[in-house]
Amino acid sequence: MIRRLLLWLLMVSLATAVGWWGIGVTMPIDSAGVARFWLVVLAGFMAMAGAAGLAGQLRFFLRRAAQLPVILIVIYLITFALVWVAPGDPFQQTDKAQSMAVAERLRRDFHAESWRSFLAYYPLHVLASGDFGPSMTNPRATVNDILRTSLPVSVELGLIALLIAIVVGVTIGSLAAVARDGPLDWFSVMVALAGISVPSFVAASLLVAVFSVWLGWVPSNGWRAGTIGDMILPAISLSLLPMAYITRLTRVSMIDVLSSDFVRTARAKGLARSTVVWKHGLRNAMLPVVSYIGPAAATTLVGSFVVEKVFNIPGLGQFFVTSVQNRDQTLILGTVIVEAAILLALNLLVDLAYGLFDPRIEVDA
Amino acid sequence: MKRFFRETLPGRVLTNLRVVLGSIPLLIIIGLCVGTLHRTNRENLGEDADGYPVPNPYYFDGQDLPQARHAPSTSRPLLYFGTDGIGRSILSRCLFGGSISLAVGFSAAAISVTLGVSVGLLAGYAGGWIDAGLMRVVDVLYGLPYVLMIILIKVALDGPLSRFLGSGPAARLVVLFLAIGLVSWLTMARVVRGQVLSLRGQPFIEAARAVGLPSWRIFLFHLLPNLIGPIIVYATLIVPQAILQESFLSFLGIGIDAPMSTWGSLAADGLTTAFLPPETLWWRLLFPCLLLAVTLLSLNFVGDGLRDALDPKRDTAKI
Repeated sequence: MIRRLLLWLLMVSLATAVGWWGIGVTMPIDSAGVARFWLVVLAGFMAMAGAAGLAGQLRFFLRRAAQLPVILIVIYLITFALVWVAPGDPFQQTDKAQSMAVAERLRRDFHAESWRSFLAYYPLHVLASGDFGPSMTNPRATVNDILRTSLPVSVELGLIALLIAIVVGVTIGSLAAVARDGPLDWFSVMVALAGISVPSFVAASLLVAVFSVWLGWVPSNGWRAGTIGDMILPAISLSLLPMAYITRLTRVSMIDVLSSDFVRTARAKGLARSTVVWKHGLRNAMLPVVSYIGPAAATTLVGSFVVEKVFNIPGLGQFFVTSVQNRDQTLILGTVIVEAAILLALNLLVDLAYGLFDPRIEVDA
Repeated sequence: MKRFFRETLPGRVLTNLRVVLGSIPLLIIIGLCVGTLHRTNRENLGEDADGYPVPNPYYFDGQDLPQARHAPSTSRPLLYFGTDGIGRSILSRCLFGGSISLAVGFSAAAISVTLGVSVGLLAGYAGGWIDAGLMRVVDVLYGLPYVLMIILIKVALDGPLSRFLGSGPAARLVVLFLAIGLVSWLTMARVVRGQVLSLRGQPFIEAARAVGLPSWRIFLFHLLPNLIGPIIVYATLIVPQAILQESFLSFLGIGIDAPMSTWGSLAADGLTTAFLPPETLWWRLLFPCLLLAVTLLSLNFVGDGLRDALDPKRDTAKI
């Protein structure tokens, strides 16, 4: 029990650290703020390592935690190489005809005369100050500002979508497994296949056609934070794909679990069917679902480009696309690093969560 | 005959309900799209008596302004799916775009089979630091946002490839195929590696090594045949994923170049005009979406069916 509690603590502190990291990155901060930010990260890691150690997972955790920065650096270098190989000049992308002199000055300001000077200056600068600097194509907007305004929108949308996907997916999946080969089971198979096969923009336009144009219940686009009407359609269209996978995984592993011996024993000793299914069955059936939730969460949280475009939502997605098209290196690297960090942190979280659902599992890299 | 259907691999595949149900619409759509390419991808039908080119009405970019915004009608084949804002037949564009969408899917599958299987085999069979290194690379690539990767690869490949292939539409298509293929081999590599790891410990491989067979022989004749099942299954599942990714890209305006079309780009174009009250050109959205959904559905159906048929261990947990 204590072990489980510690694990929960661990996950909360990891989430807090990630959150703080996000805030640290997206706030315009001074050097004191940078110091505070690294302190918080350090404290978060210490807390997590402590909890993990108590839970007997120290080695695993340390190894994985040590890999994180290395993987981030490699991701950074790959992106960097691709960006510099790509033809095009970020300083001459504006509509106004810029003089060569202006472009030259901008290039010097960004230390972007050559890839060597940029690589020597920029990563260290980001690490030291937590500041991704101004956007190359639009120097008046800083990358931190862009992230600060758009990341919360994408994350909020993604979280709602993920919540819908998990709740609906797990429910349908386990009900289908209980009533195997019944009409509900067929329904679940259909849901799973439709979710995988229908692109989210198609689903989104169907939803808009029915609920906005035909019934007129909700607006067809736009985003005011906190208004359910604005969020419900995008969230549903974004949730369909993860929902399909979760339904499928839950159903398959639930069928496996329900046909195992301990479930029969539980039934034989007189436990109610519902207790067996929901308490014994579901908990054991959650493992594959948990392992899927990590990557799914990452792609849902920050990968909602398409849905954001359909509903005209001011999220991070548009910047992913425009920054690459404009070769806006500072913006590309900022968005890639933030997304990759979220993805890696979530994957680590998921690996640690295995122990919570199945104490028998020894987590190991 | 009975024995063929029950016990042999092709027999099991052919009698699997899902494989059969999925491949019928799939074959029809592939046949229609590819079979009409010689009509839809031909700008002119030759020259008339005065030497002027005779336009081909079925050309995917053939414009017929008087017929613009025509609702679907059964009067002429060209109008079955209606026309768009400048009078191009949606049917022609859907058929031509379908060929490209399908080509994206199958080329991505081919690339990921080649790349994923070689990396997976090498990592699983060699073990040690080669394995560790290759798998870390796969881990890192998993950590990269794939949409961004596709765009970046596409942009980065554009220059070098156009030097070889010229800058025509064909070169841009190859770039698109490569970009999508290069991000979809990761799962394949992991699956193959896992399979090789479990096979390597089995007695028959040990026996093969004990009788002194060279590595390449063990590779080709003892390992690979045992991997065919999972490879086919995952290749089948990569096709719909790649088509889906291409449609997302085209939807975002970074996939195919106009005036060429794919189902994704047609849907994206359709979406802009589908819900504007004065003239709702719903058919521009409906038909490409429908074709896309039916194709993906049947591909997934076939993939799932193949998994059932080729992987006996999955028997208890089929979906």
